[in-house]
Amino acid sequence: MRVLVSDAPFDVGEETNAFAKGHKDIGAVVTFTGIVRDLPDDPLVAMEIEHYPGMTEAALSKIATTAIARWSLGDALVIHRHGRLVPGEMIMMVATAARHRRDAFEAAEYLMDYLKSRAPFWKREITAKGSDWVTAKAEDEDALTRW
Amino acid sequence: MDVLYFAWMRERIGLPRETVETTAGTVMELVEELKAREDRYAMAFSDISALRVAVDQELTDFDAPLTGVREVAFFPPMTGG
Repeated sequence: MRVLVSDAPFDVGEETNAFAKGHKDIGAVVTFTGIVRDLPDDPLVAMEIEHYPGMTEAALSKIATTAIARWSLGDALVIHRHGRLVPGEMIMMVATAARHRRDAFEAAEYLMDYLKSRAPFWKREITAKGSDWVTAKAEDEDALTRW
Repeated sequence: MDVLYFAWMRERIGLPRETVETTAGTVMELVEELKAREDRYAMAFSDISALRVAVDQELTDFDAPLTGVREVAFFPPMTGG
């Protein structure tokens, strides 16, 4: 398991290759990458991501450890950036490795659902008109009831 | 005890962290003490249903005890991913 919280960009190809390599008992690797999306009506200048150093790493490790146990994963990877990002930049990625694809897909969705509303990150959108904190969506909280 | 604020809580309180001398037994008692200090605290904590709290870096509820606790953090619902 690897959890990385950093303000530096990451290379999703390199990370995926390194993650997928060297497992003979793994038949499936699923990756998800989150990208800063522009806003349709009010172009986004940047997104700033604040986090809670210490708690962030602990929360992500706990979420990944739970996923590994529940879906018998061979491995799990979570990378999440903080700081200032511009549209098109990668914010985060998760990767899961399992014997079969269903477990790898489900575990990746679980990681995403939990890190959206249980890992201490806060996004702020900066546009030409000003800036505002992104509001948590009720549907993101509701998504957790699935698990 | 260290009290930390993140996102718009940090902006409303006007600082990211402070050390607080308190005898509060629960998070809610600490919130009441802070609200009594100054208007900016009263405003920031006016609707705790819009807030989340972590005690020693673990998410918890406002009725959580503070015995032996070193760090309490207040922040809005998280928006990771």
